[in-house]
Amino acid sequence: MFKIVKQLTSLVAVFAVLFAFTTETMAAKKSKTLKNTQKKGFVRCGVSQGLPGFSNADAAGNWTGVDVDVCRAVAAAVLGDASKVKFTPLSAKERFTALTSGEIDVLSRNTTWTLSRDADIGLTFVGVNFYDGQGFMVRKNSGINSVNDFKDGISACTNIGTTTELNMRDFFNSKGISYEPVAFEKADEVVAAYDAGRCDTYTTDKSGLAAQRTKMSNPDDHMVLPETISKEPLGPVVRQGDAVWEDIVRWSLNTMIEAEEYGITSANADMMKTSENPAIKRLVGAEGELGAAFGLDNEWSLRIIKQVGNYGESYERNIAAPGILPDRGPNQLWTKGGILYVPPAR
Amino acid sequence: MKFNIKKIAPQLLTLLFVILVFGFFSYNAQLNMENRGIDFGYGFLSQESSFDVQFSLIEYDGSHSYFRAYLVGLLNTILVSVIGIILATIIGVIVGIARLSSNYLIKNTAAFYVEFFRNIPLLLQIFFWYFAALRALPLPQDTESIMGVFYLTIKGLFIPAFIWENFNIFLYSIVAAVVSIVVIKNYAKRKRENEGKQIPVFLISIGLLFILPFLSFLIGGVSLSFEIPVLKKLAKTSYIYEGGVGIPPELIALTLALSLYTATFIAECVRAGIQGVGKGQKEAAASIGLNPNQILKLVVMPQALRIIIPPTTNQYLNLTKNSSLAAAIAYPDLVLVFAGTALMQTGKAIEIVSITMLTYLSLSLSISVLMNWYNKKIAIKEK
Repeated sequence: MFKIVKQLTSLVAVFAVLFAFTTETMAAKKSKTLKNTQKKGFVRCGVSQGLPGFSNADAAGNWTGVDVDVCRAVAAAVLGDASKVKFTPLSAKERFTALTSGEIDVLSRNTTWTLSRDADIGLTFVGVNFYDGQGFMVRKNSGINSVNDFKDGISACTNIGTTTELNMRDFFNSKGISYEPVAFEKADEVVAAYDAGRCDTYTTDKSGLAAQRTKMSNPDDHMVLPETISKEPLGPVVRQGDAVWEDIVRWSLNTMIEAEEYGITSANADMMKTSENPAIKRLVGAEGELGAAFGLDNEWSLRIIKQVGNYGESYERNIAAPGILPDRGPNQLWTKGGILYVPPAR
Repeated sequence: MKFNIKKIAPQLLTLLFVILVFGFFSYNAQLNMENRGIDFGYGFLSQESSFDVQFSLIEYDGSHSYFRAYLVGLLNTILVSVIGIILATIIGVIVGIARLSSNYLIKNTAAFYVEFFRNIPLLLQIFFWYFAALRALPLPQDTESIMGVFYLTIKGLFIPAFIWENFNIFLYSIVAAVVSIVVIKNYAKRKRENEGKQIPVFLISIGLLFILPFLSFLIGGVSLSFEIPVLKKLAKTSYIYEGGVGIPPELIALTLALSLYTATFIAECVRAGIQGVGKGQKEAAASIGLNPNQILKLVVMPQALRIIIPPTTNQYLNLTKNSSLAAAIAYPDLVLVFAGTALMQTGKAIEIVSITMLTYLSLSLSISVLMNWYNKKIAIKEK
């Protein structure tokens, strides 16, 4: 009899814990994500498993890249320190589940914004930090100079779980070419297999091709074909259902782009406080109460610019300087012939 | 009555607890999905998948449904498991017997093989076979043919395709051969038990298995021709073989890794089984005049199998489940195609993972049922 009582008490204890847990879940407050982040003291950020220029860890485990900088900007805004980010490397396949299940709070992993992803699976895209398009890489000595040289039976290496697989099918179908898709789970294996000669071409976003080319045994033997077969606007993603957090991430990115537009850099941000231009003064927190809407102080944007830099600095540091894509192409400000255009911060 | 309550109450409470825990998890999942605006449902299975798969046993392309993609993945998983199990069993039995050999070289080679392959993680072995093979194999245009018709290249093994005419008649002839072999075997058994006469069943069976299909060619109108793979130029330095059947290197590497790994465990099962048969059994068999062949076939193996089968069943299950590592090297199995690409394109994580789990469970249970049936058949029959 005593044994049963003992079992019962432990059972009750377990239920008490479970119940407490449930009520906590149900009492979803306004921006739970922001509150949790501030309580934890770091931003939980999902990144790639290693894509130079976008999100890549060095030997010491320091993450760099334009995608990484978005998370650093969020950390600078909400925690006051751009280094307070916990990076979780994710495969293309795992990324959305990690976000919707609450394992990470921001997904900044060269992710294409599409209708079905935005509408269907509980995600919200907050903006575009890189305009990309899918392309093909081939060996220089193959004599293929354009996608028009592709013939029936060509084998194409790629990643699973990306829009790449779908675009590739659309492309080859429209050209009426039969092809052999060889799809791997991780990018490193795709590169290794293509490099070994398993496939005639390697297809993914052009930025990815440029970055992965640097990892090949002999980068100069390969080239990216001029054609772009799809639109791939890449940007950070958050979970649906937390509008305040969504705004914070969106405007952290926008701040970086707008700062470049007004010529505010990490070096001159403090001096800009005395600028004549009200738009600049708002961005560095010298005028207006822009942070209050998110529940942040007024220097949130100043911290982003000072600690992470503007978009141009981030691009130069991560993508142009290592020689991945020195030409900014469409990722140039609208004022300089590109398509980077963000709503005004006011 | 008092005893019964004592006995039943903990069980009822446990059951209640399990139900509540599951209830809690599904309630929580439902709530979270609702909060995040995710729909739950299996309707997506009939939608167009719009992605292609490298290698498929049934007709498939992106215009088929997600359900069809599921079948493609499932069949590929079954394919690699079946080939893997057959190869692993053959290698395992040979190595297991070799470990008991009195020849020093054979014995130690087998022991080395077992210790080496079973102590390296399987995923590493898969990578090794795949990338080692890719690095070692020649490009299609540099390949020397094997016997003029096989080409082993970095893009796969290309073999001639069989082109049959009246294939069904050929199949009937095989069925007829098998049926007559069974009949003859039963007849021989009766003959032996009643009159003590030995009939060379084995020779007759082999003969039938050749003669009947051969007759189907002569008088049944069956004909067989081969389509030999031909080199085709895609670009200045890229070639492919066309015609014939192409076996992707991913399948070859995966099968090789799975069977070499699992064979080590099966070899140990076989060795344990043979060593588990008492020495007295062999001596007794010898003393009634059986020759060594008969001793192995009639006395040792039937008893050894009883020890070998149950643990070997485990290894078959392991091999089937381990085949899900295929995703690492692009072999389009169930996990890569369905729990990978399809999951990503639809975002239906809970639905797809639950289907995948149920599928592996059913596969494993089917293997178990089959092996248990076989185990029962060879078990000691108490009379």
